[in-house]
Amino acid sequence: MAYTIEVEGLTKAFGDTRVLEGLDLQVDAGEVFALLGPNGAGKTTTVRILTTLLAPDGGTARVAGHDVVNDPNAVRAAISLTAQEAAVDGILTGAENLRMMARLRGVKPGVADELLDRFDLADAADRRVDSYSGGMRRRLDLAMSLVVRPQVLFLDEPTTGLDPRSRRAVWDAVQTLASEGVTVLLTTQYLEEADRLAQRIAVIDGGRVIAQGTAAELKARVASETLEIHFADKPAQRVPVNAPDDVRRALEQHPDAERIELHRPSLDDVFFALTGASSEIAEPVR
Amino acid sequence: MTASLTFVGRSLRHSVRSVDALLTAILLPVAILLMFVYVFGGAIDAGGRYVDYVVPGIIVLCVGFGAASTAVAVALDMTTGVIDRFRTLPIASSAVLTGHVTASVARNVVSTSLVIGVALIAGFRPEVDPLRWLAAAALLLCLMTAISWVAAAFGLFAKTVEGANAMTFIAAFAPYVSSGFVPADSMPAGLSWIAEHQPVTPIVDSVRALLMGTPVGNSLWIAFAWCAAGIVLGRVASSRLFRQS
Repeated sequence: MAYTIEVEGLTKAFGDTRVLEGLDLQVDAGEVFALLGPNGAGKTTTVRILTTLLAPDGGTARVAGHDVVNDPNAVRAAISLTAQEAAVDGILTGAENLRMMARLRGVKPGVADELLDRFDLADAADRRVDSYSGGMRRRLDLAMSLVVRPQVLFLDEPTTGLDPRSRRAVWDAVQTLASEGVTVLLTTQYLEEADRLAQRIAVIDGGRVIAQGTAAELKARVASETLEIHFADKPAQRVPVNAPDDVRRALEQHPDAERIELHRPSLDDVFFALTGASSEIAEPVR
Repeated sequence: MTASLTFVGRSLRHSVRSVDALLTAILLPVAILLMFVYVFGGAIDAGGRYVDYVVPGIIVLCVGFGAASTAVAVALDMTTGVIDRFRTLPIASSAVLTGHVTASVARNVVSTSLVIGVALIAGFRPEVDPLRWLAAAALLLCLMTAISWVAAAFGLFAKTVEGANAMTFIAAFAPYVSSGFVPADSMPAGLSWIAEHQPVTPIVDSVRALLMGTPVGNSLWIAFAWCAAGIVLGRVASSRLFRQS
């Protein structure tokens, strides 16, 4: 069976900076697929190529059966994009933004009212979008992507910088769409988000996929548990442990430990194990 | 077609809601008119009544200046995220530019009408032959469209709002080195050569001849040819630049 998104050996450089170095992806129809990676891993570049905004240097990419380079209009007819920066018109009102999208997509403008209700924006419908909060802009942005139900929806870091309520609304919308059979490709730095929404996850770093699978498969690739050692005067450390002996050894190495916690592996652990990031706990992800 | 109309609606809404830009576009031309008629006018001898000589020049200056502001509007619009959304739609996304240009022409029709109205109050006494007025209106519409398309291309090329502003300066100063305000042959040799061969002169000469009832000669066809060239060049360049950026 043909994949809904099929990417082979994608490369892209900006000047001397090589962003994608042979990226491969296959996404099935109706699947929610997450691209997980740190800043600069090539997530946004991949999305921009798949949504016809950027031409690749090499490799091929097909979306909904159409080549993104040779047949961009057929791709555009099948997709919607919610990019990192909210793609809304600040000078227009929320309702005007949605009606504009409806006209451009050739559907009845009445869809605007439904979407305003669904995304909890009815009260702000006639206010200029410039006066919206970040969360409201993001919800409107997503609503504008759903004026017609796309075959494939691209979400580039859809919840970055959002308050919990708006994040919730985005997650609910993604789950609803997935249940309606829309294929979703989302990028995220939040491991929790990928774990929660996506059936399959590709971890990307340095412009290529370094691991791929379900959340459970990825977790199985690291140690069964992780020991987190907290200190009074320096950052906490994470140590993979498989047996009680490992715990004993770790504590002997760190006699100044103040407090310890034992964790089941999270996607964070997978991520750190795969990308070789330092064992020190990174800044909280949100 | 639907897409172009939708974007025309969008740009018109933008025009009406950008109050400062709208006031500048409408009031500045009137201020320039009053300055030339009442402040400088008394000291300039262009043969005949100066108000009748200068008003066509002012009209062309205002059209140029107003249409050139499209460069700034386009550059500003390109910095917003919503453009990427338009690019991922199955439409000719350069229809966004058609919206900008049409709105620019609409703004200019309003400000030019106002300038003509104030000029009449200030003593401008043109010919009343409707055919001549129609021809002048057609030429001015062509000029608005041409400068707007060239400005759209310039705005895409400049990429920043500051860079795009240079277009406004060119459009605001080019008319001074033409037959718009003083006769070209009153300038030093080199300058008068430029004045006689740059596009503003045949355009101003045509508008002046049409409105004052003097013989039009070749200048009308030269004027239309310049405008047609501007429309074609500006359109082709801006569509290409839009796809590349």
